[in-house]
Amino acid sequence: MKEFKKAFPITIPVMAGYIFLGITYGILMVTNGFPIWLPVLTAAVIYTGSMEFLMVEILSSSFAPLSAFLTAFMVGARHLFYGLSMLKKYNGCGRSKFYLIYTCSDETFALNYNADPTGLNKSCFYTIISLLDQIYWIVGALIGSIFGTLITFNTKGLDFVMTAMFLSIFADQWLKDKKARKSEEALLEEDEKGSLPRRMILLLWLRHHLPEIVGLLASLVCLLIFGSSKFIIPSMILMLTLLTVFCPIIEGGKKR
Amino acid sequence: MTTKEMIITFLVIWLGTVLTRFLPYIIFPEGRKVPEFVHYLGRVLGPAVFGLLVVYCLRNTDLTTSFARGGSHGIPELLATALTLLTYRWKKQMILSMAAGTILYMILVQLVFV
Repeated sequence: MKEFKKAFPITIPVMAGYIFLGITYGILMVTNGFPIWLPVLTAAVIYTGSMEFLMVEILSSSFAPLSAFLTAFMVGARHLFYGLSMLKKYNGCGRSKFYLIYTCSDETFALNYNADPTGLNKSCFYTIISLLDQIYWIVGALIGSIFGTLITFNTKGLDFVMTAMFLSIFADQWLKDKKARKSEEALLEEDEKGSLPRRMILLLWLRHHLPEIVGLLASLVCLLIFGSSKFIIPSMILMLTLLTVFCPIIEGGKKR
Repeated sequence: MTTKEMIITFLVIWLGTVLTRFLPYIIFPEGRKVPEFVHYLGRVLGPAVFGLLVVYCLRNTDLTTSFARGGSHGIPELLATALTLLTYRWKKQMILSMAAGTILYMILVQLVFV
């Protein structure tokens, strides 16, 4: 099946990341006194790593359903953005659409957002990527909860694998936007028959890289103001506001 | 927590998580025209959110604890981040960059900044 052939290699980085993180999650759950099946079940149906790690703490403390619900909604709030970004891509995926939406984790979003299904059955291709990712995560949690206590090598620092993944995706996005900027620059230079004024070059640079810069700076500022446990929601509000304000600059190029 | 309370907690966490995933599709079902501005947001939010996720992953980096007290001033994070980005710019291979960054980070936190 050519969809599988194209999809599987793309998911290998997620396999590494998910299996390692899944193992960590399984170990954490089991060593906190929860049964082996719980990490596997949560991995399968909640399927949001950051929330699952938080869940270990929530289930170990006193009963507070409203706070648990709000925490889940806030931690998951980034999925609202993923949904908006994937609306067009997932439209027309028929019966698989429900499954695709359900399993749109950080990494699956990253892969499906960047993947190119040209010449393939789109719905089938996205489903294979989503399914493989989910399997990796469940398998990781299973291995972690069964063999967790037997692992002897020092795994300290292994969690950087997730950071490295987001960094690579961020770099990829930046390089893609840079390519678009260069080609627009070349077109403009042809029009002007010569090199562009500095102001124009700066404008082009902002037009193509502003989303990334806003994402980084808005969240850094909110991290400094609100602290590491409460900055996600303010960052999202600030990002949304800034991107709305900057819309004329970023979209400016389209009107030509 | 009793077993019943645990099941309720599990269910509300499940509900909160699933809700965030389905909400955009409930608001803009197939066939309903998505406004131009929402498309714009969909396009620019992707890159912006990855910026946020990078910051999110590095949010607990301890910059202030002195070396004498076992701190590292974020040097392992900084070096591993730089290596990840540079190798990506060089080879554009996600696995290579992830492996390079993570291995360097593990070496630094396990052997250098113990």
